Amino acid sequence: MSLLDVRDLRVSYGGHEAVKGVSLSVGEGEFVAVVGESGSGKTTTANAIIGLHPGDSGEILLNGTDIARWSQRRLRVIRGAQIGLVPQDPSNSLNPVKKVGAQIAETLLIHRHGDKTSRRRRVLELLERVGLDDPARRAGQYPHELSGGMRQRVLIAAAIALRPSLIIADEPTSALDVTVQRRILDLIDDLRQEYGTAVLLVTHDLGIAAARSDRLVVMREGLVEESGGTREVLAAPAAAYTRRLLADAPALSARAFKEPPPQAGPAIVVRDLVKEFGGFRAVDGVSFEVARGSTHALVGESGSGKTTTARIVTRFEKADSGSVEIPGVTEFRRGVQLVYQNPYGSLDPRHSVARIVEEPLRNFRLGDRAARRTRVKELLDRVALPEALLERKPRELSGGQRQRVAIARALAVEPQVVVLDEAVSALDVTVQAQILDLLEQLQRDLGLTYLFISHDLAVVRQISHTVSVMNKGRIVESGTTQQIFDSPQDDYTRELLAAVPEPVR
Amino acid sequence: MRWLSWLVVALVVLWAVVPWLFTGYDPLNGVPAEKLQGPSAAHWFGTDAVGRDVFARVVHGSVHSLSGAFVAVGVGLVLGTLLGLLAGSAGGPADEIIMRLMDVLLSVPGLLLALTVIILLGPGTVNVAIAVGVGSVAAFARLARAEVVRVRRSDYVEAAFGSGGTFVAVLWRHVLPNSLGPVVALAALQFGVAILAISTLGFLGYGAEPPTPEWGLLISEGRNYLATSWWLTTLPGAVVVAVVLAAGRISKEIR
Repeated sequence: MSLLDVRDLRVSYGGHEAVKGVSLSVGEGEFVAVVGESGSGKTTTANAIIGLHPGDSGEILLNGTDIARWSQRRLRVIRGAQIGLVPQDPSNSLNPVKKVGAQIAETLLIHRHGDKTSRRRRVLELLERVGLDDPARRAGQYPHELSGGMRQRVLIAAAIALRPSLIIADEPTSALDVTVQRRILDLIDDLRQEYGTAVLLVTHDLGIAAARSDRLVVMREGLVEESGGTREVLAAPAAAYTRRLLADAPALSARAFKEPPPQAGPAIVVRDLVKEFGGFRAVDGVSFEVARGSTHALVGESGSGKTTTARIVTRFEKADSGSVEIPGVTEFRRGVQLVYQNPYGSLDPRHSVARIVEEPLRNFRLGDRAARRTRVKELLDRVALPEALLERKPRELSGGQRQRVAIARALAVEPQVVVLDEAVSALDVTVQAQILDLLEQLQRDLGLTYLFISHDLAVVRQISHTVSVMNKGRIVESGTTQQIFDSPQDDYTRELLAAVPEPVR
Repeated sequence: MRWLSWLVVALVVLWAVVPWLFTGYDPLNGVPAEKLQGPSAAHWFGTDAVGRDVFARVVHGSVHSLSGAFVAVGVGLVLGTLLGLLAGSAGGPADEIIMRLMDVLLSVPGLLLALTVIILLGPGTVNVAIAVGVGSVAAFARLARAEVVRVRRSDYVEAAFGSGGTFVAVLWRHVLPNSLGPVVALAALQFGVAILAISTLGFLGYGAEPPTPEWGLLISEGRNYLATSWWLTTLPGAVVVAVVLAAGRISKEIR
């Protein structure tokens, strides 16, 4: 008998069925990963299991008892005690006005575990167990005094406080930097081995799922596409969708490195950039060059200064010292364009696609109304969007379509340099792969130079010719993509690479 | 209940536009023989001391109260939004100066401020409307500024600058349209408040001159007969209450 057995679970939100008959099981001490893109119903399934969003029908057997119809009151007895939950977003999941020690103790208190002093002792034990230094001090701190990784550790401590037999972790590391992500996943793995806890991991990242899990459940549009042993599924995926996911996930399709760029003059020359924000050095002596027609990636974790560098290059931020040259560009705003991370925020919600793409043309007074109209159609065609979308508003488009519109807008005035700030990070892997292909094709056709800002080494490996690794405002290492990935010289680069799930290396 | 508030407002607007469709009585010249009659089938709201039909006076008076409220809201909306837009988008010293001025306006009670402006401009329907409008400038400016600051931080505004947009063009195309929603909702709310304020000033005798059938004035005139003829104050008062509540309800809906 398995620990958890979900049979034909159906869940709907106001008439829309998000989970359409899902069955899965988790054995004692097993690590099961549920993978899928946004909207696949994976989080809804996880929430339904602990009754946070009750299902419409189906069975949820925990140790052979069906808890699907249990009242919230009865469920409270098993939440925390038998099933622990590690939520997605560590910054929103802790109460900002309560000390973290008290928040962990709350789980113990609710389940009437021991007296005050023994609870206190247990909290400190837990904090130490999840790898926080100086537990006594940490317990007295508020969430805002901890980093994202520390907060996630606190949440894990709360989840394992009563040694549940199952931990449900919903995207526990998506909001964290790769090196922190690895440590958190290592921690979950350790705990599993030590306590024999089973783990149900919900993730969009096939790389993580592949590297960590015993069994894999692939979901799509509320249905299980495929499930089985992780190794077997990866080696011989049965469902066409799984095959596509595998091919699209940059971490798992180890493509050949890009050839070093053809020798051409530089398109971007950055020298000794320094930028301080109130005494804090965000960018500290950054220099690099990008050859015309090539892609240069700036890689780093949050706070490394990569985005600030990009904003200085695009002149949305002024450097305190240093220089940025874009040779051959006379009108700056025509020659250099920026594509944002979030395609939902970078398009005016009130404007139609046609108006959005046309705007740069109007700004530079290029052509009359009819000429601009033709050009907009041409641009949409370039980014492979159907003409039918011309009059749509951004909210009527998917994330991938929006990012295509943003790219079309950037291309409207025929720039030489396009700065892409995490431009594919918010997209699902299959959409991400399509956008990356589009970017490569545009580069070939139009001879564009890209400055590609990203935290995702797998994506960087695929698209860039040269790479600079940033840490704490400095560039620690630069070189061709192959040099950086195959023979990293700097310790930080090595640590970053080690954090990337296995298959990409 | 949604339709009810729209119905009330639509009815009052129709009163203002085509009053003769709703009543056959003359609002200014009464029949002295029929003075101070209570509400009846012939005179729905009764008659006043000189025998004028009160319902006819309310219907014909709506044009004064409504147009006054429109002017008041217009003054507040246009001035307030412009000031808020300027403060929110320019930032720095301009922002500080404008918003501190607005704080000063807000610190003076509304009625006192309106009275001060009337004393400066002199009484009269238009002046009363302007006075009430000036009183609402600060509320509009604050709201508009908050919205502008929010929208200005968004990526699409920066993207618009990035694709070569000038300051004015970006403000006009992106910042203003995306900030207006809540401001329009406030305008609907202020419409009700303005009717009330104009009626108050009319009641105090700063608005329209008698015998103009302005709502506030109507209620004020009826005050002398409060003990004997309740309908002279109560029924026009009820109309004002209904319109103010309807405007508030509509504002909530827009928001």
